[in-house]
Amino acid sequence: MKPNDPAITWLEERPLGLTERLYLPLFVQGLTTTARHLVSPKVTVSYPEQRPKVGNPLIYRGVHRLNRDPEGRVKCVACFLCATACPAHCIDIVATESPWPDREKYPESFQIDELRCIFCGMCEEACPVDAIELTSLLDLTGKSREEMIFDKEKLLSVYDMTKDAEPMKSAAMGGTL
Amino acid sequence: MNALLPSLPTIVALVKIGLLVGGLMTAAAYLVLVERWMAAWVQDRKGPNRVGIPLTKIRLFGLGQPLADGLKIILKEDFTPRHVDKVLYTAAPVVILAASLAIFAAIPFGSSLPAIPALGLTGEEPLLVAPGLDVGVLWVFALSSIAVYGVLLGGWASNNKYGFLGGLRSSAQLVAYEIPLGLGLLGVVLAAGSLKLDTIMDAQASTGVWYAFAQPLGFLVFLVASFAEAARLPFDLPEAEQELVGGYHTEYSGIKLLLFLVAEFLHMVTAAFLIVIMFLGGWHLWGVTGAGPVETWLVAFIRFAVLSAKILGVILFFMLVRWSWPRFRFDQLMNLAWKVMLPLGIANLVTVAAVEEFRPQLVAALGEGWAKTAAIAIPWGVFFVGWIAAGIFTPSGTDNTPIRTHGPLDAEHALGAKHALGGSKRELVEV
Repeated sequence: MKPNDPAITWLEERPLGLTERLYLPLFVQGLTTTARHLVSPKVTVSYPEQRPKVGNPLIYRGVHRLNRDPEGRVKCVACFLCATACPAHCIDIVATESPWPDREKYPESFQIDELRCIFCGMCEEACPVDAIELTSLLDLTGKSREEMIFDKEKLLSVYDMTKDAEPMKSAAMGGTL
Repeated sequence: MNALLPSLPTIVALVKIGLLVGGLMTAAAYLVLVERWMAAWVQDRKGPNRVGIPLTKIRLFGLGQPLADGLKIILKEDFTPRHVDKVLYTAAPVVILAASLAIFAAIPFGSSLPAIPALGLTGEEPLLVAPGLDVGVLWVFALSSIAVYGVLLGGWASNNKYGFLGGLRSSAQLVAYEIPLGLGLLGVVLAAGSLKLDTIMDAQASTGVWYAFAQPLGFLVFLVASFAEAARLPFDLPEAEQELVGGYHTEYSGIKLLLFLVAEFLHMVTAAFLIVIMFLGGWHLWGVTGAGPVETWLVAFIRFAVLSAKILGVILFFMLVRWSWPRFRFDQLMNLAWKVMLPLGIANLVTVAAVEEFRPQLVAALGEGWAKTAAIAIPWGVFFVGWIAAGIFTPSGTDNTPIRTHGPLDAEHALGAKHALGGSKRELVEV
């Protein structure tokens, strides 16, 4: 679109009125705004003692967890859909034959590099059995890079830690929601 | 008395210097904390509230923060770039801090103490490092101009374009605003008939009319000019971070930067002192402190407390304004100084001079009480007239309409004719 296109309506800046040119009304207006914010409730929290409020934990994309089925086994069937969907290539799965009769494969090892992860939630979207989910845990820290590569046990322990506060999302897949 | 021992006035002066420098440094450190709190609260944050007593878990609302800040900046690397003029680069922060501290030699930080015969002090002891300095106001303004020198030296010696631009802006701004500052001050000096700051306070205390009420225009001009002199927002162009990185102290780090920052804060404190002493009555407050000699320690303390409270109030105002207004553009800054503040300052000076000159005639014509009222009413009339005139003629305004190379397409434009843009005063420029 060129600047002289007839569809463009050119707007002129409104000229200042006398009250605006006298400066004082605007001065008072500005000062009252700042003074109001000076005493208004604060939006930040004292973090370690006080947790920030997560709006909706069900849609928050925090640390991953691997869900367990009602028998306490890992729900994952090692289909590699999450690893394929992952844009950051941070999921590493080693599949092997399942010891259980209800599925063919299960993950022998399941690693997520939390430092590479971009927390986009594509793995959760891709998973056909709702085995991988993102929790609302937001403070993910570690002292080394190795520590930040979460293996299967660690991801299952995240599930054990969060299952009461955040039930599994899909009821059809055995979740409680 | 032994000739090697310092005399009593010397000891007294040294004690006062110690108290003043120590007090100012502590105050500057804590004012940084207050400024950070204000910044945080205005932005709906909590602000620094963690650091308390070192090595304990006691927090004290973050009152230990200045210590941590100071330690941090002192322990930082004091890096000197290779391309600077080493002598001037090192001298600049020293010059600016020394000048900002020396200003306080002539500024009273209280009224005076009652006589202490036990120490050999028989008369009232004024809370002023250099009592009897008859050119107090001149001293303050001479030294505050030297403080500008530090900024210039720092910006120039840095051999850095940002530093240089910061120094240039600073020099232009401070030269421009020295004039309204001086005009605002002249009205007070004229009315009080003295260049001594303690006499100016006494004059306000004895009449009970602060000069802010007697000379509103002078107060306005002085207030705006002292914001500019202290390089506080909305006049902080010498160190506009968005344009100049750090301005004149871009190349400074570590303790040299600390000296610059402390000096900057002291400029604000000086400005607050001057505003309070010259326009807001100093230690005088109706019904609490009146004129007269200081006989008891209680009176001395109350006067000191009133003065400190007023100064703190002015400093809080400085900080609140910082978050209320955006920075001026440089042409607006200059227009404000030369086209608004200078004429208003002159108008104030003429009014004050006329009122002081014709005061006997006023008293003769109207009687004592009405003459007093008229002496206040006339400057207020000038104040309103001057302000409204400045608003109507807007000499500080600039045309912000964009230069357009294209207007609405119409028949004339289709023919390629050159024509004025409808509604705008600008000529259409064909490209």
